[in-house]
Amino acid sequence: MTTRKLLLATAALASVACAAHADTSGKKIALSNNYAGNSWRQAMLQSWDKVTKQAVADGVVAAADAFTTAENQATEQAAQIQNMILQGYDAIVVNAASPTALNGAIKEACDAGIVVVSFDGIVDEPCAWRVAVDFKGMGKSEIEYLKGALPDGGNLLEIRGLAGVFVDDAISAGINEGVAENPQFKNVGAVHGDWAQDVAQKAVAGILPSLPEIAAVVTQGGDGYGAAQAFAAAGRPTPIIIMGNRQDELKWWKEQKDANGYKTMSVSIAPGVSTLAFWVAQQILDGKEVPKDLTVPFLRIDQDTLEANLANTPEGGVANVEYSQEDAIKVIEGTK
Amino acid sequence: MRRSSDTMRLLVPVLSLAALLAGVFYLQPRAMSYTGLNLLFNLAVPIALATVAQMLIMAVNDLDLSMGTFVSFVACVTATFLNDTPLLGIAILAASIAVYAILGVVIYLRNLPAIVVTLGMSFVWGGLAVLILPSPGGEAPAWARAIMTVKPPFAPVAIFASVLIAVVAHMIVMRSSLGVLIRALGGNAKTVERSGTSILKIRALAYGLAGLFAVLAGVALVGLATSADANIALRYTLLSIAGVILGGGEFIGGRVSPIGAVIGALTLTLAGSFLSFLHISPDWQIGAQGAILIVVLALRLLLNRLESRGATR
Repeated sequence: MTTRKLLLATAALASVACAAHADTSGKKIALSNNYAGNSWRQAMLQSWDKVTKQAVADGVVAAADAFTTAENQATEQAAQIQNMILQGYDAIVVNAASPTALNGAIKEACDAGIVVVSFDGIVDEPCAWRVAVDFKGMGKSEIEYLKGALPDGGNLLEIRGLAGVFVDDAISAGINEGVAENPQFKNVGAVHGDWAQDVAQKAVAGILPSLPEIAAVVTQGGDGYGAAQAFAAAGRPTPIIIMGNRQDELKWWKEQKDANGYKTMSVSIAPGVSTLAFWVAQQILDGKEVPKDLTVPFLRIDQDTLEANLANTPEGGVANVEYSQEDAIKVIEGTK
Repeated sequence: MRRSSDTMRLLVPVLSLAALLAGVFYLQPRAMSYTGLNLLFNLAVPIALATVAQMLIMAVNDLDLSMGTFVSFVACVTATFLNDTPLLGIAILAASIAVYAILGVVIYLRNLPAIVVTLGMSFVWGGLAVLILPSPGGEAPAWARAIMTVKPPFAPVAIFASVLIAVVAHMIVMRSSLGVLIRALGGNAKTVERSGTSILKIRALAYGLAGLFAVLAGVALVGLATSADANIALRYTLLSIAGVILGGGEFIGGRVSPIGAVIGALTLTLAGSFLSFLHISPDWQIGAQGAILIVVLALRLLLNRLESRGATR
């Protein structure tokens, strides 16, 4: 009897030890994706494919299959997730069609002992992990950069995104919080550029004549190149325009840098965030203690990293970065 | 003769379901278990209910294009009013069933095409759903969650529910006098009129029953999903129509099969799982799903031919 108890205890101890340093080489991870119809999502899937293929080849995990629902519908994605449970995946990484309508299926997965990590389109079921984007922090980081670049401060022109979308509100809130904390900056005007170069150019051209000298333009991405064109057309000196990682923006910045040493920075969210979610799932399977809410670092391009990023960005695309296991560990450690 | 043609009608859906199930079990033996079957089929329960609702409308020779948005609307009501203020929630759902009954009457009185009216109504339901739940959320009533996640002995709740839906629908449509009248109305409205029965009443009842089943679909869906979204069930419009046809129903009224409709809904759900177990690339999945539909319908056409040849002989 005592021997048996001892054996049991040993087994329990062993399993605990295993859990702490589990080998994930036999684990299978699936990507449940709800939509693939734009360049960002395509880049996201390509990044997943590239990084996970390598991970499978290296024997880090046994499989990492990507599934995209045929239609962008929550009921279909719920069925897809339930199928993944049946297929015996150990972890499901999900970009969700709805933050709430998948909760039932995700609960089923958790109950079956499956690790669920949501990213980009996150889910609010408490048993799932969330890799969320800190858009507010992204807006604030623009002011942080300007604080260093313009110690004397100056007037700011804000280009906002698409009205009514929470991303626009969040980035703008971050920018304005930064301005409030740094009184040397003054927000003298705001226009909606809808994250599109042509819209931004028109909007900036319209407001420029009424504005005093502008020291910097704070943006949301997809609007920096248009703003630069508007300033050039009005014959005004080009201020520091924060860029948003689009290829046309980076190209323009490179041209200006080569011509007159123009300095700025560029910031946005990389589609490769899917690979970060993958590594987070792998870390959880590995038995690591991971907080339920993680924040994606944004992809920031500075003066010295411009050339490398521009070279890697396809024509008409968005600068991307694939995350590594170390990046995921850093994010996890940073949140603790 | 009548009996055998009904059996023939059911043969194709049953066989296609069996074939798909065999395929799924072969590809994924894990599915051959209590939890496995539940995971395969639980999302088919609301689809089966919506399919029966659609079948009732198709039985009177109409088509409901608002099924998906209506189920979404019901889901939003269920996750908000029915949960927070049950009485108000029940009142809203009862009123929406009444709207369905009125629609059935209006379409007949004004001699309107049902497709156009229901298409118009789909925007109404969709708008109401967004008004009730502007952003995804809400919470499923505890009882709805409990019913959908109960673990009965022998077979998972999804199987019990499917059988129950099939039996109830069969009793209503094939065995009750109202069912006979509904089917007769779809088959030959003139005859029914001449027999002295009120067409208005039958149509109101048929549409009202459809509304009731659609409401049940919405509640069941929220019970599974735990919360709602104004777009949660948009696919149900086409799924329900496909389910009816797959299950042996026809676009010309009167020829429907309730048991077949439920089996059709299960088959459609299973087809998706089957394809995903096959690791077919998502780009091809819609096409493959369509191919399965075409194969089943072709089989049915073939059997119909054989049947009619047998009849003439």
